[in-house]
Amino acid sequence: MADPRDEPSDGRPATGAVATETAPPPVVAERGAPPPPTGVLGLLVREQSIIVPIVAVIAALAIGAVLIRAQGVNPMYAYQSLFSYSFGTADGLRGTFEKMVPLILCGLAVVIPLRVGLFNIGAQGQLMSGAICAAAAAHAVREAPGFLIAIIAMVAGILGGAMWASIAGALKATRGVHEVISTIMLNSIAAGLIDYLVNGPLKDPTQSYPSSYPAPEAAQFQPLGFVPIGLPIALVLAILVAWMLRRTTLGFQFETIGRNRHAASYAGIKLGGMIVLAMAVAGGLAGLSGSIEYLEIDPYRYQDGIAGSLGFDGITIALLARSTPLGTIPAALLVGALRAGSSTLMFNTGIQPEIVDMLLAITLLLVSLPIIAKLIFRRHTAKSSALASSWGS
Amino acid sequence: MEWLKRNQITVGAGLVILVAAYVFYAVNSNVATSMFSGAWFFAVPLVLGALTGVVGERSGVVNIGIEGQMLVAAFAAFFSAAATGSLIVGVLVGMLAGIAMGAFLALTTVKGLMDQIIAGVVINIVATGLTSFFYRPGKVLSANMPQWEVPLLSKIPLIGDVFFQSGPIALFALVSVPVVHFALFRTRWGLRTRSIGEYPSAADTAGIDVIRMRLVNVTIGGIFAGAAGAYLSMEATGGFERGMTAGRGFLALAILIFGGWRPLRVFAAALFFGFTNALASQLQGVISIPQQFITLLPYLLTLIVLAVAAGRVRAPAAVGQPFVKGEGS
Repeated sequence: MADPRDEPSDGRPATGAVATETAPPPVVAERGAPPPPTGVLGLLVREQSIIVPIVAVIAALAIGAVLIRAQGVNPMYAYQSLFSYSFGTADGLRGTFEKMVPLILCGLAVVIPLRVGLFNIGAQGQLMSGAICAAAAAHAVREAPGFLIAIIAMVAGILGGAMWASIAGALKATRGVHEVISTIMLNSIAAGLIDYLVNGPLKDPTQSYPSSYPAPEAAQFQPLGFVPIGLPIALVLAILVAWMLRRTTLGFQFETIGRNRHAASYAGIKLGGMIVLAMAVAGGLAGLSGSIEYLEIDPYRYQDGIAGSLGFDGITIALLARSTPLGTIPAALLVGALRAGSSTLMFNTGIQPEIVDMLLAITLLLVSLPIIAKLIFRRHTAKSSALASSWGS
Repeated sequence: MEWLKRNQITVGAGLVILVAAYVFYAVNSNVATSMFSGAWFFAVPLVLGALTGVVGERSGVVNIGIEGQMLVAAFAAFFSAAATGSLIVGVLVGMLAGIAMGAFLALTTVKGLMDQIIAGVVINIVATGLTSFFYRPGKVLSANMPQWEVPLLSKIPLIGDVFFQSGPIALFALVSVPVVHFALFRTRWGLRTRSIGEYPSAADTAGIDVIRMRLVNVTIGGIFAGAAGAYLSMEATGGFERGMTAGRGFLALAILIFGGWRPLRVFAAALFFGFTNALASQLQGVISIPQQFITLLPYLLTLIVLAVAAGRVRAPAAVGQPFVKGEGS
């Protein structure tokens, strides 16, 4: 089973624990390390969980600029047309905010398991099963009053996502199946099952292409100006998750497991149940984002591509946010703006929208490479600990 | 004899399967051949991907990034072959791409001490981003991959048809399995590799350069994932599509675990996966199963297999743990 060597030897917090919203952890002097610096450098070192992602984003945009230049387009013009659409126009801003909702929720769906030492890369499948459950539930109660349908659809989405993620949690807790493999397999299984559903039992016969029944008009979320209804929901949930992790017993238990599973087990925390619970909460958030996509985004149906790559973007967001719930908000704002502006970029400059995938991949790479922190801070880097990497435990 | 005694269940099961296969062949040679060929066709990239995993994980480095290694290799192989018009160049570039991705994983995790799981997932996402951005539709290969017939062996009924009349990369996979198995369990390199995967500190004390050996093994191991990628884009389909690996790198990981990190068992596990897949496609004509269920079968099978296999197999003890000289571990 698990080996005590899994755990960081020096008891420093896991990656996830270097929280922006907590007081910065004191820089513990390691063997032979110089004393913590003071003044401006000291401030930078203490805030490196904010600075590293910012540097990574800027560096990624710079590398992206080279790629754009290589296609014969002025990078300044490209970025300007992208961001001025995403932030500077009412449509663009609404698009950015609409994208932010699932991005925050999927980011949270990765952050919470990370705190427990689990890497949930199945937010995509959890979002999809949430969306299809919402579609099925909304169709089943289509005669009910609008707000009731919306609530039922959201609850169904939460349950659908939570159930889907719990499978991975239960396999991990009882059989030791590594969650990275099980969640990615569940992504593919969800895609297959849903493809069957929207071509069969849940197919709207009036549509020529595979599509679920539409959300009843009364239940559809209409945006308030350029603020979609999902946005306040997602923001409140991000704050709630931050509170849950910092201030509640549950959060304390999660954190304890993430830092030292053996100590947690010794303290009487039920590891198996907590693993399933953490995955279920994560899946519920991703599932909720799926039902919001269904209720909020035109054409208000489950269709191919409703999930885009939102679930996978959640991984990027969680790592950009340094595993902090509140950090997902600025991270989702950036990713949402890139995603929302990509088609305008294509229209104005002819650059393929896949440039955004490329930019996000580079950002993810740079933010997760310890080398950036090392280059900037040399010996004052916050040490990150291993996830539960071992296969059998 | 000693060996036979220890492996009597495996050998017995193998013989039963072989006899059953030939009975099937005697009843209907066409269907049998096409099913077993289909199984091997499906299994080739899984075997190759799992060999990358074997070499890396036996040295103590978890490789979640096989999927990304395969995808980049498929991309590099196809587009270099299409650009140069040379299939050999394509295959070699594919293998080199696999090695380069292996080197990246090795440098970040072994040298940079980045979390191995995160590094692997990052490799997958970067691979998707890279290949979908640089993808250009409309390229074709100048020629199809040749079909090779191994003299004599290809004349064996069934086995000859399935294994010894195939493209060069499939044959490479077939040869690689016993070679890696022998190297791992019968050579000095193999003993050292296994020792740094089980107990790196002890290996270090014995004078083995753990860091260097892990770097080299994870890098070179990428050659198999590279070949798997080249197989997918050049030998299996003759084209590249975005995300064409479709989770095969993860199936390879499951097979790696199912096969207990032993190349020969990994080979058997991959054939089992391939055969189940071929069986389901065959059944589709007999009873009506929705197409989607056939598509998702390998993924479902992976989950079931992992749930059953976990606990029965033992991973290399030090897999996933970074080694820092002088810090115990």
